[in-house]
Amino acid sequence: MDNFVLEGSAKTPSVDFNAEKGVLELRGRSIPENSIEFYKPLNEWIESYGKSPQPETTVDVRLEYFNTSSSKCILDLFKQLENLNGSGTNIKVNWYFEEDDEDMEEAGEDYQAIINLPFNMIEVEEI
Amino acid sequence: MANIYDLYKTMESNKVMLSFKGRVTSDLLMSVLQIMETKLVAEDESPKVRKKIYNVLVECLQNLYHHIDKEKEMTKSEIDEQSAIFMIAKDGNQYSIMTGNYMDSSDVTKLEDKLKLINSMDKDELKQYYKTVLADGQRSDKGTAGLGMIDIARKSGQKLEYHFLPIDTVSTFFSLNVKIA
Repeated sequence: MDNFVLEGSAKTPSVDFNAEKGVLELRGRSIPENSIEFYKPLNEWIESYGKSPQPETTVDVRLEYFNTSSSKCILDLFKQLENLNGSGTNIKVNWYFEEDDEDMEEAGEDYQAIINLPFNMIEVEEI
Repeated sequence: MANIYDLYKTMESNKVMLSFKGRVTSDLLMSVLQIMETKLVAEDESPKVRKKIYNVLVECLQNLYHHIDKEKEMTKSEIDEQSAIFMIAKDGNQYSIMTGNYMDSSDVTKLEDKLKLINSMDKDELKQYYKTVLADGQRSDKGTAGLGMIDIARKSGQKLEYHFLPIDTVSTFFSLNVKIA
């Protein structure tokens, strides 16, 4: 299947969903006014990917900030992955946050508490 | 013309960094965010404070943005009612993000209850409340998730200051002041 690649913009993250590697990356900032519109194609890609996934799937979330409208969409994305987990693929999430960015660290912990997927919290100097 | 000087002095004494009155559009929102990012770097703020301010600003401005009814054809007075004000001020180490907008008086009780609830909570309770609303999955017809004010309060770490000023039987002017240190 095709990979899904989008360049980042001032309001939306870059997307690099690679079907051959089984690596799904979101990077940058996510602050669109209408997040549903932006995230819908991502959900659709994951749905197709789920039909023949790699045995191991890694989700790399490297977000600088996201608005509350995106937070709901990101949750939906995780829920979709949660449903896929164990049926042909093992999914793990790497949640990156910058040094001292407690808000982004906490945001990762919030998802970790809601979603039944293994989360690695990874502190980096710069996203 | 003396009014302009009065306005200038008022803004000067309130240490206003940036202010705007009018319709909050998507383009305006982006421009303001860019200007503020540059200003915060110039102020030599730590990345931590910069991110907090940026985050709160995004939520506050998007609240104003979503408040506008974009579908509706409007009369002149309705357009006036859809315009909003916001100001960003810095006094010492404390930033204030202030917003003001008209709202339907019939929606006041709901918003006021929510703000009272948020202000009654400590840090951990707010975190729990945020998670509950996030996991709940409800969305308004505008696609908003009801998380904005909770997130603003979490990022601010201080109580939200607000006021409802009744204008007439149908409309109320809502003011919000978010502090970040």
